Amino acid sequence: MLLIACPFCGPRPELEFSCGGQAHIARPGPPEAVSDAEWAQYLFYRDNPKGLARERWRHGGGCGQWFNAVRDTLTHDFKAVYPMGAPAPETG
Amino acid sequence: MARLPTGGRIDRTRPLRFTFDGRAYSGFAGDTLASALLANDVMLLGRSVKYHRPRGLVGAFDDEPNAILQVGTGRHADPNAKATRQDLYEGLEARPVNCWPSLRWDFGAVADRLSRILSAGFYYKTFMGFPGWPFYERLIRRAAGLGRLANAADDDLYLKRYAFCDVLVVGAGPAGLAAARAAAATGARVMLMDDQTEPGGSLLWDAATVDGQPGDVWAAQTATALAASGVVVLPRTSVLAYYDHDFLLAVERLADHEPPAQRAGKARQRVWQVRAKRVVLATGAMERPLPFPDNDRPGIMLASAARQFTVRYAAAPGRCGVLFTNNDSAYAAAQDLLTAGIRIAAVVDVRPAPGPAARALEAKGIRCLTGTAIVATQGRHRVKGVRVRPLAGGAEETIACDFVAMSGGWSPTAHLFSQSGGRLRWDDLLQGFRPDVSVQNERSVGAANGCFDLAAALREGHAAGSGDTPITLAAPQAIPQPPPAPPLPFWVTPQVKGRQWIDFQSDVTHKDVAQAASENMVSVEHLKRYTTTGMSSDQGKTSNVNALGLLGQVTGRPPGAVGTTRFRPPYVPVAMGALAAEAVGDLYAPRRTVPAHGVHRDLGAVFDDFGGWQRPDYYQRASESRDAAATREHSAVRTAVGLFESSPIGKIAVEGRDAGLFLQRLYANDILKLKDGQIRYGLMLNENGIIIDDGVCVRLAADRFLVSPTSGATPRILAWMEEWRQCEYPELDVEIFDLTTAWAAFAIAGPRARDTLRAAGTDIDLETAAFPHMTARHGQVAGVRARVMRVSFSGELQYEVQVPASEGASVWGALMAAGQAYGITPVGLEAWLRLRLEKGYVHVGSDTDGTSSPDDIGFGPALARKADDFVGRRSLTRPAMVAPDRFQLVGLRAGGAAPLPIGGCLHAGPSFAPPMALEGRVTSSCFSPVLNAPVALGLVRGGRARMGETLCVYHAGTTLQATICAPVFYDPSGERLRA
Repeated sequence: MLLIACPFCGPRPELEFSCGGQAHIARPGPPEAVSDAEWAQYLFYRDNPKGLARERWRHGGGCGQWFNAVRDTLTHDFKAVYPMGAPAPETG
Repeated sequence: MARLPTGGRIDRTRPLRFTFDGRAYSGFAGDTLASALLANDVMLLGRSVKYHRPRGLVGAFDDEPNAILQVGTGRHADPNAKATRQDLYEGLEARPVNCWPSLRWDFGAVADRLSRILSAGFYYKTFMGFPGWPFYERLIRRAAGLGRLANAADDDLYLKRYAFCDVLVVGAGPAGLAAARAAAATGARVMLMDDQTEPGGSLLWDAATVDGQPGDVWAAQTATALAASGVVVLPRTSVLAYYDHDFLLAVERLADHEPPAQRAGKARQRVWQVRAKRVVLATGAMERPLPFPDNDRPGIMLASAARQFTVRYAAAPGRCGVLFTNNDSAYAAAQDLLTAGIRIAAVVDVRPAPGPAARALEAKGIRCLTGTAIVATQGRHRVKGVRVRPLAGGAEETIACDFVAMSGGWSPTAHLFSQSGGRLRWDDLLQGFRPDVSVQNERSVGAANGCFDLAAALREGHAAGSGDTPITLAAPQAIPQPPPAPPLPFWVTPQVKGRQWIDFQSDVTHKDVAQAASENMVSVEHLKRYTTTGMSSDQGKTSNVNALGLLGQVTGRPPGAVGTTRFRPPYVPVAMGALAAEAVGDLYAPRRTVPAHGVHRDLGAVFDDFGGWQRPDYYQRASESRDAAATREHSAVRTAVGLFESSPIGKIAVEGRDAGLFLQRLYANDILKLKDGQIRYGLMLNENGIIIDDGVCVRLAADRFLVSPTSGATPRILAWMEEWRQCEYPELDVEIFDLTTAWAAFAIAGPRARDTLRAAGTDIDLETAAFPHMTARHGQVAGVRARVMRVSFSGELQYEVQVPASEGASVWGALMAAGQAYGITPVGLEAWLRLRLEKGYVHVGSDTDGTSSPDDIGFGPALARKADDFVGRRSLTRPAMVAPDRFQLVGLRAGGAAPLPIGGCLHAGPSFAPPMALEGRVTSSCFSPVLNAPVALGLVRGGRARMGETLCVYHAGTTLQATICAPVFYDPSGERLRA
């Protein structure tokens, strides 16, 4: 079970969190200006990196807040957590 | 007797009686069930899973593949207990498994005669043909498995504990004790978990001197001192799993070693979930069997097991043994057996030139045959002799014996290391896999790290325990030993007939491995799945390396190139009850009750669980059936008035300057057009345009809304709204909070609803002109501040009265009293859902599924008028979403008097003969008292264009007829609900 550092509550077990998938996906719009292909890209296509992934997580069993995190999909190491809306930090 | 006259760690002053297969035996305190059986000369313990071969002990602890017994009786029966892990207690009852009619005469052994056709892949090749897998599956399931589960609830108590520590040491052998001792010296919080009853590991049977003391004494004293200094020392605790971020799962056996009568009031097991900063894995190593023909006969065991039974338990494996080895450790075993007075007929070594260990044994007059292998064994229920032959060729010789002790080398017990994500590497000198690259914060030490010299293992443990912290405590000292002569890889005995067992528990032989390779199952993952080697409760503890060593030899690769499968939790089987711990029965999840729960109970309510809520399904009068009660309640709403507690309905407050704008984006409907006090029914979609929930939204004030999701969906919808608020629209000024349980809600429905509410006393003007349908008002009801909303799920005039939850029960009472004169009837959920069905109102999740769009349920035109974007909008114009053959909601009129079956499959007919086109399915169905006919809703392919068409409805062997119609059966113009 992962140990995740909630930016508001500190390190807590994975049980308290849910993962919302890839972060920093811009929602295209307005609808009439979006092609089927663009919309399909937004709906269905996600990165599947071996290595660093930027994801959004919710601390549902605690403060209820969403935040973003950089996680290494190979080691499950959390390299960084940062608030919603903030740009992804540079991580090596 | 095979009980040695002296020695062992048993307490000869405390004899214990027990039974096996109905016969009485006795052992001593300190015995395991296995050692006690061996001491009673009971060698035949079970039958193998596939061929029903007679089997006996192979290992002495968790490496044992065969001795799986049914221990205990009744609801406390442990169906697959390893005899080697079960401490003996007074009155223990054990039975063999997988044999009929008896252990000695087992009918299933006929499978052994058929072994030629039961080879690897037999299931996959044979059972796919006529009459089909489901037929064979039943037969196979009956033949499969070992013990029998008790057919009753497990009433044992299990506990669960969470723990945190700086250093967790797994294993209390020499390296583990050294690690725990050093870690404690750094001032760290330390936990030490060991699988066995006493600490010491190999020191309990491999005599050595540590810090000038006998090894076993040093181990006991060290463990006692550690516990006294605050280290959490847990014996009988198996670490089952190593998960991410140094999170480990262990189960502590608290009472399994005690007679059931003494367990009363005690917990049986405790699960530990430990988050450690560092982990030291001192899990030891396991000896491997050697492959040779019929190497599975009872009496053929690991040399280390023979040695442990002899030294630790004073239980002799036999009177006269043959040792068979490819490495030096068997010679140490031979020395201990000799010391105990057991005769050694010969040591058979496949190596052409064994080293000093062999010469030391020869000096005692023991025959050591070099470059020689066992080519056959004799004896049915117990080995009687072996035939040996030089590997270079030559004359065969028969050697009589009553046990064989074999050693195929040692494999570090790297299960937990592998589970942690660490990579193993093949070590030629060791002829085994050892830990290589760590992923988590763990260190393997001692034999688990391939370090078999005691002095070095103690140093390794000490260094890992202290970590980076300098300590003054010195490492425990032992006398270093010269390195042993290297083992010789020996994956199969060449040029012999007969089957050589690789995996005893899964009944996999060398022929199965060779066949898998010849059918191109050359990956170790394929091998495992095709032959089942390394599966079952044993998970290949003794067989994995032998299987892939042989696969490598057959396919011309070194074992390191074949690789190994990733070990999976749990390390040893675990009772499901232990994992569940206290979370069973009423403690599994909180039971949510509605504010007037007690009143419903007094009214005869029959409760059921609806989305986590205990709600009245119907109110039973006398001996009325559920259907009759629902029909009575249904009619009351249509003709007089009914009272329904709708408290679980979601009540999510959405407030703030941008609350309207926010909801405009989340609802498919136009919310911004709502005036204060107005209510709108709306749909929420996901971004794929699929309906995820429906409900009403009321605008209480310009910047205050109350959203009512479906009762069961409220937590999900709350989370959904929060995700959009926080992640997508953080710039909006919106607050969302859940008031669901703060308010009780009662729906008064029926033509006399207004009269009832007025009689209950209210300052709200109830006339339609002042309070029309789909509006909300605030005021007093029965003397309590209330919010009243005119909404209707029933199709009748309906008021929903919301009052503070604490007033719920009394307001219910007041409404019931007020409605007395009008024939008020309490209404349960079943009648409530039937009322809405007549009206054609969808129940999201019943009448919609994961493909349903708003247009599919008839909301296309209503949404098309909305100008703004909303979640899911763009998806509604994707080609698949506007296809004419989508499943659309329609009404269904039954051809006969019987209601249509929910879930019934709609097809064109005339008979149900799949494969055929599915035209749709019945989603809701009931008998309508008003129409005096069955009515139903369904999803039908292109259904709205097929009005009047008749389809067949197939369900569970019967076929009915249904005619497609409009989905509103009652009051299509809505006059009644606007009255």
